[in-house]
Order: sequence, then C-alpha cells, then structure tokens
Amino acid sequence: MTHSATAASPCPTQPGARQPGSKPPSFQDLILALHAYWSRQGCLILQPYDMEMGAGTYHPATTLHAVGRKPWAAAYVQPCRRPTDGRYGENPNRLQHYYQYQVIMKPSPQEAQTLLLDSYKELGLDPLTHDFRFVEDDWESPTLGAWGLGWEVWCDGMEVGQFTYFQQVGGIACELPCFEMTYGLERLAMYVQNIENVYDLDFNGRGVTYGDVFLRAEREYSAFNFEYANTELLARHFADAEGECAALLARKLALPAYDQCIKAGHLFNLLDARGVISVTERAAYIGRVRTLAKACCETWLAGEQD
Amino acid sequence: MPEFFLELFSEEIPARMQTRAAADLERLAGEALAPLKPANLRAWAGARRIALAAEVAPGVAERRVHERGPRRTAPDKAIDGFLRKHGASRADLREEGDFWVLERVEPGVAAAVLIAAAMPTLLRHFPWPKSMRWGGTSLFTWVRPLRRIVALLDGEVVPFSLAEGEDDGHHLASADQSEGHRFLSPGAFPVSSAAQWAEELHRRHVMVDLGERKRVIAEGVASLAAAQGLAVVDDPGLLDEVAGLVEWPVPLLGRIDAAYMDLPVEVMQVSMRVNQRYFALRDAAGKAAPWFAFVANVAAHDGGATIIAGNERVLRARFADARHFWDHDRTVRLESRVAALEGVTFHAKLGSQGARVRRLVALARAIAPQVGADPALAARAALLCKADLTSGMVGEFPELQGVMGGYYAAHDGEDPQVAQAVREHYMPRGPSDAVPAAPVAVAVALADKFDQLAAFFGVGEKPSGSGDPFALRRAALGIVRILRENGLRIGILDLAQSACALSNATANEPAGKWPEKPAGKRPEEADKNVSHAQAETRLGRTDATGVSPGASEVCDFILERLRVQLRSEGARHDVLAAVLAAAHDGTGKGRGRDDDLVRLLAKTAQVTDLLGSPDGADLLTAFRRAANILRIEERKDGPHDGPIAKDRLVLPEERALADALADAEARLATALAAEDFAAATAALAALRPTVDAFFDKVTVNDPDPDLRRNRLRLLNRLRAAMGLTADFSRIEG
Repeated sequence: MTHSATAASPCPTQPGARQPGSKPPSFQDLILALHAYWSRQGCLILQPYDMEMGAGTYHPATTLHAVGRKPWAAAYVQPCRRPTDGRYGENPNRLQHYYQYQVIMKPSPQEAQTLLLDSYKELGLDPLTHDFRFVEDDWESPTLGAWGLGWEVWCDGMEVGQFTYFQQVGGIACELPCFEMTYGLERLAMYVQNIENVYDLDFNGRGVTYGDVFLRAEREYSAFNFEYANTELLARHFADAEGECAALLARKLALPAYDQCIKAGHLFNLLDARGVISVTERAAYIGRVRTLAKACCETWLAGEQD
Repeated sequence: MPEFFLELFSEEIPARMQTRAAADLERLAGEALAPLKPANLRAWAGARRIALAAEVAPGVAERRVHERGPRRTAPDKAIDGFLRKHGASRADLREEGDFWVLERVEPGVAAAVLIAAAMPTLLRHFPWPKSMRWGGTSLFTWVRPLRRIVALLDGEVVPFSLAEGEDDGHHLASADQSEGHRFLSPGAFPVSSAAQWAEELHRRHVMVDLGERKRVIAEGVASLAAAQGLAVVDDPGLLDEVAGLVEWPVPLLGRIDAAYMDLPVEVMQVSMRVNQRYFALRDAAGKAAPWFAFVANVAAHDGGATIIAGNERVLRARFADARHFWDHDRTVRLESRVAALEGVTFHAKLGSQGARVRRLVALARAIAPQVGADPALAARAALLCKADLTSGMVGEFPELQGVMGGYYAAHDGEDPQVAQAVREHYMPRGPSDAVPAAPVAVAVALADKFDQLAAFFGVGEKPSGSGDPFALRRAALGIVRILRENGLRIGILDLAQSACALSNATANEPAGKWPEKPAGKRPEEADKNVSHAQAETRLGRTDATGVSPGASEVCDFILERLRVQLRSEGARHDVLAAVLAAAHDGTGKGRGRDDDLVRLLAKTAQVTDLLGSPDGADLLTAFRRAANILRIEERKDGPHDGPIAKDRLVLPEERALADALADAEARLATALAAEDFAAATAALAALRPTVDAFFDKVTVNDPDPDLRRNRLRLLNRLRAAMGLTADFSRIEG
C-alpha cells in the first residue's frame, strides 16, 4: 500500500485540456476524475468518515496516520461542517456544509508539486493557459495541535487548493513528514464550470444542480446552527464526549477515543456559531479539544509500535 | 581569479523571505570563503532559487606555523592539552628557551576542497525564518524542499553532498544541473558559469535579477494603464512582493464590475492588494478607476484572455462578499456594537476591549480641552472607536479597523468630527502614515496610544531588543509625531499619569459594565467615577513629586523614541539629552524636568544653534573649565553656592563677570518665562567675552581664601545660569 517511487513520476494521463466546446465536468465527474487520478498515484481511495467534522484533516486517515513511521497514502472526499459559515442559502460563495477532497501521502513524495499540478490538468486546467502559483500559506490547527508549511495553490488568482507539508500533528513531530493536499470541491467546480453561484453548479451533467441537492439543507442547518441548536445540550454533550474520550484512552482504544475527540470538536464549532462562547472560553475549549487530540495521537502511536 | 557559483533550487520560497535570504547567503558565503579572499560577491533570490557568485583565490597557500606552548617545566597535562588543541604530537615540539614551541607546516588547500568542506555546514545552518522537514530519509531542513544544488568553480563541479552518516541528505549533492520556468521551459540544463546561468535562464523564461523583474512589472503595468488613460497607484511594497512571486512576469489588466465601484475605496483596495496582489489604478482626475493590474507568471497560449477572465471572476466574488458585509454591517448602529466589546479580548492580562473603551472615554475627555477639542465629542468618538471590531467587515479584513468605524459612524449620522476621529485614531500606523490633525481625532488618537503604553507597561509587557509584539514603539513614536507635527503643548507626564491610573484601576475589573446608562448623572461624571476613585486607592506608590513609577517609565519610553527620531533625522542626540537633563522651569523646583515635547524641541534647536556658533563653542570650553575646577574644589570643601561678596571682587575681570552674570540671569529669567529660547541662548552667548577674559586674567585658586571662595561662587553661578537651558556637561565632542 505504500506509495512507490515510480508512481511519483508524472504518469501518462488523458490529454489535459478540453476540446473547445466540450462540456466541463459535472460536480460528480470532478470527484470521479480525482479518485481515478489519485488511485493511479498509489493512494487508497477511502470513503468519508461517518462523523461531523470541520475539515478533511480530522479524518483519522489523516490525523492518526500522519504520526508514526508507517508509510501511508490515501485520498477521500470528506463532507465538512462549518456552522459559522452558514448563510441560509443566500450567499453564492459560502456554505455551512461543503466537500473537501483530501489527499495524504506519507512520506511526502519527491514530486508532490508535479503530482498536484497534473491533477489539475486532469480536470481540464492547463498550466500554459492558466496561471498556477504557489503562494506562501503556513497551516496550523490549534484544535489538533498540528502545523505545517506550504502554500495556497492559485489558479488565475483563485485559491484552488491548500498544499501542506505536515511538521507536527497531535503535538507530535512528524517522523515521516507527509504531504497533504486539500481541494475545496465546490469552489474548484465553480471555476471549472465557470459558475458564479454555487447553487447553480451542474451536479451530475443531467440537469441536477447543487442547489437542487443542498439548498434546503443550507437553509435548515443555518437556522439550526445559529438559532435553534440547544446550547445546554451541546455543552453537556461536549463534556460527555470529553469524559468518554478520556475513559477510552485509559483502555488504549485510540480509534473510538478519537471519535469522541472529533465529536467534541464539532460540538465546540456549534457552540461557537450559537455565539455563547466568549473569547476567553473559546481559547479554553480549543485547549480542551487539543488535549484530547494529542492523547489520541499518542495512544495511536503507542499501539502502532506494539 | 576563479569564479565560484552556487545555486540552491527549491520549491517556492515565500516572497517575503527572499531578499533577506540573498543577503544572508552573501554574508555567510563571504565568511565561509574568507581564507580564499572572495571578491565581487553577488547574490540572487527569486521564487524558486537563491544563488551566489564570487571570485576567489585558487587556494590557500602552504603555511608555516610557529606557536609558543607551555613552559618546559609545565605538567604533562598542560602539554597534552596544548597538543590536543593543535592536533599535534610530542614529536612536533621543539625547545626554545624555557618554552615548548610547536613548529609545523600547514599544507595548502585548493579552493575546491575548502568550498566542498564548507558548503554542507553553511546549508545546514542557513538562517531561514522557518524551515521544514520533508520526505522520510533525512533531517536536513530548508525553507521548502530543496531540489537541486549547483556548485561550480570555474565551470567544474565542486563535489559535496548533504549526506551524513545514516542520513542520506535527501540524496542532494552538488552538480551542474539547474531548471528553468516550471511550465514554459520544463526540464534540466547544464550550468557552466554565473553569466551563462543568468543568460540561459532568461532563454528558459526565468529572470534571475530582482531589479529586472521589478522593472518589467512596473513598466508593463504602467504602459497597460496608460493605454487606458489611467495611472497606477504607486505601491513599492506590493511591487517587491509580486516580483518575488513570479519568475517570468507578464503584466495584465482586468476590469472591475461597475456594480462594485460604490464600495468604500479602502475595502476595494484591501481585497485587491492583500488578498489578490493587484495594483489599483486611478483615472486622470485621481479617482479610482474600474480596472486593476496584475502580474501572471506565464505567457499564456491565448495571450492571457483566460487568466484575465479568471482573475476578474475572483475579484467579483471577493467584492460580492465585501458588499454583503458592507450592507449587513450598516443595518445596525455602531453604538449598538459597543456592548459586544466586553466579549472581545484586548490582551489576556488586560481584560476586554470594553474595559479599554471605558478608559479611552475618560482619557479622551481629559485630553480634549488641552488640544482644543470638544470633550463631549472626544468622549463620544472614544466610545465608538473600537466598536467596528465586531463588524463583519473588520472580522474579514482586520486591517480595516478604524476605517470601517469611520464609515459606519458617518452612516449613523454621528458628528463628522466623531466619525473622523473613529477613522483616524489608529494613525499614524507607520512612519510614512500621516498623523491626525483635527482636534477630536487628536484627542482620541493620543488617548489610544497612552492607554496602550500604560496598559502594557503595567503588566510588564515591554519591548525588548528588536522584539516589540504589541507595537509599543510605534505607539510612542505616534505620540511624538502627533504632538510635534501639530505643535501641541501638552505635558506627557500628566497624560501618562492619568493613563496609568486608569489602566491600573480597570485592567482586572470584571466585564459587563455596558450598557447601563448612569441614571440621572451626566455621562462625564459617571466616567470620573470609574477612574479616579479606584485609581487612587490602587495606585499607591508615587514618588515625592507625585509621579508614579509607571508613568515615569512611560514618559521615559516616549522621550527615548523622540531621541531615536531626532538621531534618525541627523540631529545631535547629545543636545536633547542635555536639554532633558536641565531643570525646565528655571527654578530647579517643580517636577525637575520638562515633559512638553514641543518646548523640548524648541530648546534643543536653539542650544544646537548656540553650540554651532563660535561663541557657543568658546562658551562650552569655558563651561567645562568652570565645571572641572568646581568638581575638584567641591570635593575638597563642598558646594560653593553662597552669595558673592561684592567688596571682595578685586580684579576688573571678575567684577565684569559678576555684572555680566547678573545681567544674563535677568535676561534668562525673562526669556525662559516667555519660552523665548533664542533670547535665552543669546543671553548665554553674550557672556562669552567676559568669561574668556575672566579665565585669562583671574586665578581662581587664589591663596587668599576669601578671594578663592568668591571666585568659585562666580563659576558656580555661571554653571547654574547655563544649566537653565541645558546640562552642558552632557554635550559630547
């Protein structure tokens, strides 16, 4: 399953640039193209993790597998929930639920940048017609105790991805620094399809739009996130998740414990969206989630070395 | 001399680190190659590479070493230590008198050998602000993954690698292969010299010279703009950054959708500049034009049409977002946002922005009358000045704080002076930024900066060395500039005192004092309640003159900025120190020092003029002579500050000096009272001939003790009279 050196060299792919007049890929075609591409690069194609989370990085396939000495390469789509970004379906660029395409390769392959640029070619973005750039963007996740160095990937002035060389995860220095690539799928699709409102995205190439699928969800979840989520319940669940995480860690059950950490992270995001967390409390909540994340990564690592 | 050439080819280097990296490379290579007497060092930096060229000696010549060691009688341990230090053995030692002497020949070293040995160390310790690990086989770090090393001495590869024991150094070893533009000229090519490298890269779509990239960008953007009858808004910082983002700059022009041209100009600029690195354009009348200029890194197959369309689209989305915040923020009054400041942390040790605003209100109201502002307006502006921190626009673009508050205040129908003060109270934001001039804005800007200094000094967060995380030096310099450029007569000690008292009183108070209105009281009185009563109980420590140590520290800090500022303007820094050291009101009473920057500067200017004149130079010599004599004699018999016995003035020169001093003292008193420092220094200058004649003809230490005492007292009066404007003992040179 390790990522072999030969896979790192630019592999033969379908001709990148689309023929003039040909139809741009639909939202789901885009995902299928990325799956096919990264599968050819030796990545496991995983499925979304079945829990609510704010970014694809929280998937155990990234957070836990980033630590330790075992090589790893995976790609997957992860639905991301960012309650504070909800706009009741009224903003053409902001969603409280959207999809990230996440790639992680450990250790980072020699030709990571080339692999990435080739993936854009695969989607029809030719680097001799478009302006691709790597613009400094150091990444940090205070809740995961993680940081890395890398870039925003720009295409014609638009950020079409984030490229990070992880240096630390869960407070643990990455022994084999990995490469993480995150594509914001809606934004990328909007660019490829030349659409200005996310709800107008062509979802399947047969007349279904992104709005048909998600507009109602955006409205309802915005109301839930901002107005109706029961904050007492959320605060209680946060404490429960925290307690359960600690209890499971005592049993050295890293994965179930980490589920509780993910849960706590999302509950914190909801509380934040409801506006009931003061600035000082905010830092404290983040610290509590980080403590869980660190303990989970340590337990995971210890289990791996057994 | 042979040419040494080094290129370090990597993944994209952050633009802001490139210039420094080139300078570091030049300095470190200069040090590492010192034995080869490097000359004509040149360094380059760009998006994917840093490089260096130098002319070096072909090698270091053979050298005979002659080093004296321990005494022959020294214990073995000492001799062994000496040998270890030099990597020598007993056989290398020779006796010379009482000592052992080490004598050996150090062989010559070829340049290539020396370079090959020095480079891995240089690269391993290269001072990137942040470096990273990558891959799985090496601990070697670089700013981003390092991909190739070119190291040549007169075209021949200087062989070295970064491998070290088990660590394979990412298999990086020196070679002669470099790469051109990532897309336009992919693939490697051989390098033979610095000149060939630069030329070949140009053919391969890389401009290695920063100056050339900047020129191509600046000229290209300007000519595109001119073709539309527009001009580019000058932005050297942006030009530098963009030149670090591209290897092959291709300037392009895009259009701004007319629907967004009514957004505040600052909002448009920040979206364009900070987020997108676009240059703003102006029309002939100086108005913002519906165009932007930007720089691509590729000469596109379609002439840039796709790239332009893409960038226009991105900007539309950004402006649509900004429009949302702009419209949404204005649905509530700025005033109604004040309460939420309780939940915004100012600093972990300093409580909320809400507490801070309460202090600013009190402080701005107190400052207002001293700067000609209406206290009620100043208090109102202070109340509103931080409220935009909770607006959507400032949440998205923190750099617009203040500016947005100004817009929102104006939109709410606040007094224009209030809106202006909210907008300008952070100014000056940097050395090139203007200072506020309108009285209400000045009052709030001063309040903001004094509070900042008092609060951070109060919790021990003072700048140290080059570290100044809370921009306290900028705040202090801001105070200096506001007072100076507006000619404002304010004692900074009083302000520092009030600010310290307020911040001591409120720093740790619990949040939640808003928004209750003081029932039945005028707001002014309510504010006073917050501040002074609590302040006095807590402040406690003050010195004999009623100055708290904190306030005096803040004051010194501001004066230090003034000194640094004067020095950077080329003024004599010792004169300011001398003026500061003088008792300011001429009586030696009062606070003992001047805290009015405008007056200090006026005095400094006059004293500087005096010292520059022949009279002044002579007077300074006389002053030093007098001070020296007094210092010696006072050590013997204490101060000579008694009255002068007129009848014991026997020589005409000493009588003349006594008269001249009496005259000068009277003139000085009048001049200083009127703050006419030109007249004051003129009074001093007038003493010069009399003083010179005195020293010429009069022996101070006369055998007659009465005459001696009288003459010493004359000198003491001279010193005191001069000391009214400046402490001349602090003048250097």
